[in-house]
Parts: sequence; C-alpha cells; structure tokens
Amino acid sequence: MSQASEGSRSLHLSQVTKEFASFTAVDSLDLDVAHGSFFALLGPSGCGKTTTLRMVAGLETPTSGSIRIGDTDITYAKPYQRPVNTVFQSYALFPHLDVHENIAFGLRRRRSAEVDRQVKDMLDLVELDGQARKKPHQLSGGQQQRVALARALVNGPDVLLLDEPLGALDLKLRRAMQIELKRIQTEVGLTFVHVTHDQEEAMTMADTVAVMNAGVIEQMGAPAELYENPRTTFVANFLGQSNLIAGKVLGRDGDFVKVDMHGIAVSVPAQRAHTDGTEGWVGIRPEKVLIAEVGEDIDAPGNHLEGGIVTDVSFVGVSTQYLVRMPWGQELQVFEQNTGRRKIFAHGEKVDLSWRPEYAFLLDSSQDVNAGIEDD
Amino acid sequence: MAALTAPARAAEDSAKRVGGSRWTGYWLLAPGAIWLGLFFVVPFYSLVSASLFDPNGSVLTGYKVNYHVGNFATAVKDYHPELLRSLWYAGLATLICLVIGYVLAYAIAFKAGRWRNLLLVLVIAPFFTSFLLRTLSWKLILADHGFVVSTLQHLHVLGHDGRLLNTWLAVVAGIVYNFLPFMVLPLYASLEKIDGRLVEAAGDLYASPFTAFFKVTWPLSLPGVVAGTLLTFIPAAGDYINAQLLGSPGERMVGNVIQSLFTSSQDYATAGALSLILMIIIIGMVLVYIRKVGTEDLV
Amino acid sequence: MSPLARAGRWVRGHLVLGLGVLVLAYMFVPIAVVVLMSFNDPGKSKNVYAFRGFTLHNWEHPCGPAGMCHAVGLSVSIGLLATLVATIIGSMAAFGLVRHEFSGRGLANTIIFLPMASPEIVMGSSLLALFVSTGFGGRLGFWTIFVAHVMFCLSFVIVTVRARLAGLDDNLEQAAMDLYADERQTFWRVTFPLALPGILGAALLSFSLSFDDFIITNLNAGQTTTFPMFVWGAAQRGVPMQVNVIGTVMFVIAIAIVLGGELNNRRRARALVG
Repeated sequence: MSQASEGSRSLHLSQVTKEFASFTAVDSLDLDVAHGSFFALLGPSGCGKTTTLRMVAGLETPTSGSIRIGDTDITYAKPYQRPVNTVFQSYALFPHLDVHENIAFGLRRRRSAEVDRQVKDMLDLVELDGQARKKPHQLSGGQQQRVALARALVNGPDVLLLDEPLGALDLKLRRAMQIELKRIQTEVGLTFVHVTHDQEEAMTMADTVAVMNAGVIEQMGAPAELYENPRTTFVANFLGQSNLIAGKVLGRDGDFVKVDMHGIAVSVPAQRAHTDGTEGWVGIRPEKVLIAEVGEDIDAPGNHLEGGIVTDVSFVGVSTQYLVRMPWGQELQVFEQNTGRRKIFAHGEKVDLSWRPEYAFLLDSSQDVNAGIEDD
Repeated sequence: MAALTAPARAAEDSAKRVGGSRWTGYWLLAPGAIWLGLFFVVPFYSLVSASLFDPNGSVLTGYKVNYHVGNFATAVKDYHPELLRSLWYAGLATLICLVIGYVLAYAIAFKAGRWRNLLLVLVIAPFFTSFLLRTLSWKLILADHGFVVSTLQHLHVLGHDGRLLNTWLAVVAGIVYNFLPFMVLPLYASLEKIDGRLVEAAGDLYASPFTAFFKVTWPLSLPGVVAGTLLTFIPAAGDYINAQLLGSPGERMVGNVIQSLFTSSQDYATAGALSLILMIIIIGMVLVYIRKVGTEDLV
Repeated sequence: MSPLARAGRWVRGHLVLGLGVLVLAYMFVPIAVVVLMSFNDPGKSKNVYAFRGFTLHNWEHPCGPAGMCHAVGLSVSIGLLATLVATIIGSMAAFGLVRHEFSGRGLANTIIFLPMASPEIVMGSSLLALFVSTGFGGRLGFWTIFVAHVMFCLSFVIVTVRARLAGLDDNLEQAAMDLYADERQTFWRVTFPLALPGILGAALLSFSLSFDDFIITNLNAGQTTTFPMFVWGAAQRGVPMQVNVIGTVMFVIAIAIVLGGELNNRRRARALVG
C-alpha cells in the first residue's frame, strides 16, 4: 500500500448518512481529504463530527453512503480490516500492558517484523524513550497522550483519526501538544483527521477546517479563509466572534454591494456578499472595528458609524475589549490592540466607530443571528 | 450503482450484526440460566407441592399431593412463636449490625487513608474461617465460667448466677457477628462513592458535622443501607445455627423447626408449608421496606 | 495548647477510626479463639469449651478424629469442582449480560438476585423437595451437594464479574479492534485479561462459600458428611480440637492468597516506578 501513489490514499466520503433511532447524526455528508493533509472537523458537541470519525474508523456503520480510501471501499469493512487508526479521546490505553506493549499491539496483530525497533523509533519520535516499561497509569496526562499517538502512528495508517485528543490536557500542555502534533504530522507525512470543538486548536493545526453543524458541513476551507470570509452566521459566530447587524440591500455598485444599515450606508465587497435577498446581516469582526473620539479622523474610509456610547470596557492586557451601544440599540463589540498610542475609552463616553469595507461580509437574513454562539 | 446498493447492504449488515450478537448473548447466558432455573426456580414448585402433600405420607410409603391446605394452618398453629421470634431476632440483629457496621464502613471509607485496602481485607477475612467454628468460639467466649461472664458478674452487670450462653442475648450477638460483613460491604461500597467535598461543602454552608452527616452523608448512603439491611435480615431470619449452638430450646427459631421437620421427623408437608410461609413473609416485608425507602436499584 | 486539650482533640479526630477498629476486633476475637484452641490440650475433660493447656498434639495429628480428614477432603473436592463450574458458567453469563443485547434482562437480573436474597433454609428445603419428588431422595450425596453449591455460588460469581466488566471502558475494546485485533483477539488480549481479577475474586469467594456452607448442604447431603457437617455433628458430643487446626489452616491459606495478590500488585508497581 505504501507503494501506491499519493492520490490513491486520500479519504473520500460520499453522501454518508448516519441515522440513530431518534435523530440523524450525519446527513448526506460529502468530504474529500487529500493524502498528507492535516484536516480538522470542527463543531459543537452533538454536531455529528465524532460520528463521522467513528464511521471512518469502522466503529459505526453508515445508514447510507460510502467511504473510500483511494479506490478501496471501506464502508462496511471491520475496524481491523481498514488502514485507519484512531487516537481516542480518553486515550483508551490498555491498562494491563506497558507502554512498549501498548505501542506494539497493532504491529503484533499484523505479525509485523522488527517490532522492537519500530516501537523504539516511535518512542523517540514522541520523546518517550526510557518510559517503555511503565504502565499507563504511571504516566502523566501528556505522556499518555503521546503513547496513544505513538500506538496509532506506528502502524503507518493511510488515515490517522484524532478524537478530541487534547481535550483532557490543561491549557499550557495543550498549546505545547498542538505544536508537537503539527511537527509529528509534518515529519511522518500522514493524513490526520482531527475532531475538535476548540476553534483555536483547529485553526492552529489544520491545513483545512470543515465546520460542522447539525450533521452537515457548513463551510470548509483554509483557516484564514473561513475566518475572514464566513458564509453563514453559524461559522461567523462559532469561529471567533462577529458583529452581525441587520441591513437592507440597496444594490450593486461595481465590486461592492451597498447596504443600508439602520440609516447608515455601508458597502461590502461583492465576493463577500453571500445572499441574493433584499435584506441581510452585515458582519464585521470586532478587531476590524476602529473606535475613535467623536469627530476624530480615522484611517478607515467608507463605513462610518456615529453616535456610539461605550457601555463596557474590559482590559485584557494585549487588547481592550469594548461594548458600544449604537443609536438603534444594538451593542457592538470592538477589540483594540493596546499599542499605547491610543487612549483607552471609559464607560459612558461617546464614540464613533468605523471599518474598512473590504473586511465586512454580508450573510443571508434567513439565518439565525445567534447560531453558533456558545452558551458558556 | 454502488450508491443504489449501499442502503440495502447497510440494512443487511446491521440486521446480521444485531442478530449475531443477540444469539451470542443467549448462548452465554444459557448454562447459568438453566442451572438457576432447574435448581432454584423449579425447586420452589417442588416446595409448593410438598407443602400440599398428604400429611400422613412418609419416606417409606411415599408422598401424595392431595392439596392439603391444612398443612399451612398446622404450621402456623404449631410454630407461630418460632416464626415471630425469628423475625424479632433478625430485626434486632439487623439494627445492631447497621449501627456498628456503619461506624466501621464510615471509618474505612473516610478515615482509614492508606490502610483502606488492608481493613477491607480484614472485613472479609472472617469468611475464610468456618462459620460453624467461629460460632463455636462464641460458645467458648460466653461460657458460664469464662472470662466475659466472670467479668460481668464482678461488675454486677450480671447477677451471681447470671449467664450469657443459652440466652436470647447470646443468640442475637451471634447473628450480629455472623452477618456483619454482609452489612459492612454494601455500606462501604456506597460510602466510598460519596465525594468528600460534598461534606465539606455542607460545612461551608453552615452545617454542623451532625447536620452534614444527616443531610448529606446518610441520604447518599441509603442504597448501601437498603442492600446491607436486606443482605443481613434475610439470611438472619432463616438462620438456625446461632439459636442451636448459643441458645436453649427457648430460643428456637423457625429455621430450627424446618430443619428438624425435614431431617428428623421427615414431615415434609409441614416443613414445606413453614418454609413457604417464611419466604412469603420475608418477600412481603422486603417489598414494603423497599417501597418505604424508595430505592429500586438493589443490584 | 495544653497536653490535655491536645489529647482531647486527637481523640475526637480519631474517634470514628477507633470505634471502627473496635468493631473489627470484635470480628476477630472468635478467629483468635479458633487459633488458640488449635493448641488446646483438653486432657480427659469433657468440657471442650475451655483452654486447659498448651499442646502441639492437634497439629501433629490433624487426622486423629475418625472421619474428619475424609470430610475435609470431600469439602475440598466439592468446593473445587463447584467453584470451577460456577466460575465458568457464571462468568459466561456476566459477559452475556454486560456485552450483549437481549430481551428479558429484567427477569434475568431478578433470578440472579433472588438466590442471594433467599434464606438458605428455604433454598435448601426447596432443593430437597425437588430431589425427593424426582426420585433422588435416596441418592442424596456428593452430586446433589455439588448441584446445590454451584446454584448458590452462581449469583455471587455473576454479580462480581459483572461489576468488574461494567467498570471497564468500552473504548479499550474499540481501540483493540482499531489496532487490527479481530473479535477473538480482542476478547483474549484485552477483555479477558482485564476481567481476570474479577473472575479470580469470584472463584475465591465461591470456594469459601462452598467450603463453609452448612444449612443447604445438611439438607441435601444424605449420609455424606462434609467438614461443616462433621463439626456440627461433633458439636453435639464434644468437638475434637483438630477442627480448629483445619479452621486455622484454611484461614491462613485464604489470607495468604488475598494478601499475596495485593502485595504482588504493589511490588510490580514499585519495581516499575523504581
């Protein structure tokens, strides 16, 4: 299989549906993951991302649709019959076997040659040499995570699945492991499919991110593309934060769409306007919004909003986060870098807001403005 | 083409999987189920038949089922003191077991620290010495001129010719002793699950240690209390070894009667009836008790 | 703080533990007496319930009393055989209950729970009624005892093994399948080794239940005499001191097995850490 060309080892899901007794977890999903890429399935819990992963692993059988690796249909293959390995969320290390035997498990099942050498190489790769004879419960969470990774990687699968692999680690360790995982993926050159609900984690590591919601993929693309040009309110809210303001579409003017936003005329680039209707949500990321004293001249020609009042100020060190109430009653979020060159506004101050038109986007008005906002 | 056949294959596949695993489950369960069915469930039917035997039958002439319901009346008329005594002794012993068993289980669960496993082994250790031998030891400990009786006489707790052996006290103490581990283990299992922080939280919310115990620890340990009291009361009510070895004929329990009717008098009819009556009373009491306490998950 | 106050605080802090240890002591007094009496020399006295003098005679001639060692042998054989059968079919049932779906689960759980919740005298007399009514009344002995012992051990085996299996993470089996182990390999490489401590515990419990049973055995034994029946019979006349030797030996062996297992676990753990 290792002799096969790159293209023949990529992962394809077509029209995959999984229905459980009472609901549809995954709905006619189409997905192509190129060989050697680091792919992230991102979404809130219950969006179907883990079910999708388990179907690829063979731990669930799709209700309909097919899963292929290259030209081989693996839809109904048993878990042990497919060139796919998984790093489980809780690691699922065998407690009765030591680190060495945990890693050797898959090799021994396949009667692989030179088990000891392969295990040793893998221990070096995950920087666990010297821990081979320990039992899993004697390792720290981060070390267990590495063993789980090594145990899957050593088999050289065509696709490596990672089910929230960093969920159990604390924040600092998680950051370190994100970089580590990315390094290992680059080194071994395998396809990683990573399931997570942490948008920062997905964006840090993956080449391609698919945002899943209610069993379907809302949008897929490179992290920067998804962040800068979201197509749905769900993506706009779930990936980072967005200000979404109701507006009436006035018409097209060259490369821009003109929108009336509560009496203020703003423009949105035509290729970032994702609606054909007469109404829509004007979206702008909080860090793209500039805040200024009334009448002050700011470097953001085009979209200018007057009459804001600061209702909340949070100083978070690298930046200051404001809530600004606009004349139509909506509170907009504004993040400003603490460069030291601008003053920090106080609660109750009158301010003007402004943003460059090329950063704005326009979404369909039929979508729920609060979709994708997490409750916590 | 593939897209067309896939749903059919999925349906077939899942049907096969469900079917296969269902039969595996039955096959695995079958030997145990058959054994329990043949030698636990069916015997109850035999017991019911025996309770309806003609009371004039014997081992030599054989027994006939002639639906002689009178066996039940005879059993109650002749042996109701033993029945009531069994329930009373078993109830009292269960209560004592609960109090001292709770102390021990609580100490192991919350106070024993790294000695916890050792203490648990010690709790089950008595199981490894014969039940009869340990009861005979009590006979020695409580003997008339033994250390315990002399001390109690000296302290005037017991009168000059006071004794412990062959009294109801000795019988109840013996039952408490024998069934204590059955109380401690389920209590420990439920106490161990309680998060110590809950008790701390109660303390933080102005509960005194006593209030914290009765409002937090005790209610959370109720499943263990129910399981423990049942596992103690039920075997205690049918026990006759303690009554036989530590009591006098005045402390005879219903187990003694059933045992001797079966083995000595071979009056299977009355013995069967008495056994059934005991079982029915116990089931009745257990059902009422469980309903009162309101715990369904026993096992 | 005054020493008295400090002592008071210490007592209050350790009160529950102290009371617990007292309860444990209460549980051990009779065992101590059994061990002590195994060295008793009753002499010519008929009163076997008092310590008259120290001797090793009982230990040197454990089989002195007529029939006792035969009874012990019988109890051990029945215990081993009943344990083997009950452990195998009970573990199978536990695997079935935890790992497979089927209807009638509630009924199965009830039938498993009932033997633990029935008075022994009722179970014993029911079985006797069955044997008598099916014509085995005259053939009571080894095999009827064996059947009865497997019956009452089964529930304990099922409950113990099931608890162990229920505590296992399903993900482990899925991980094994993911790592190229087929169903059979998954069972023998992962599920079974992890369930083994529970199965061994169940076997130990079964043996001690079987070896110790008197009430059910006595009703279904006919002319056969197991060790507890021998003790019971002897108790009516005067107990030979050698029964205490057997009691002590059984106790020491069982404790050695339990502690040995525990120590072995700890030593392995420590060797790995160090």
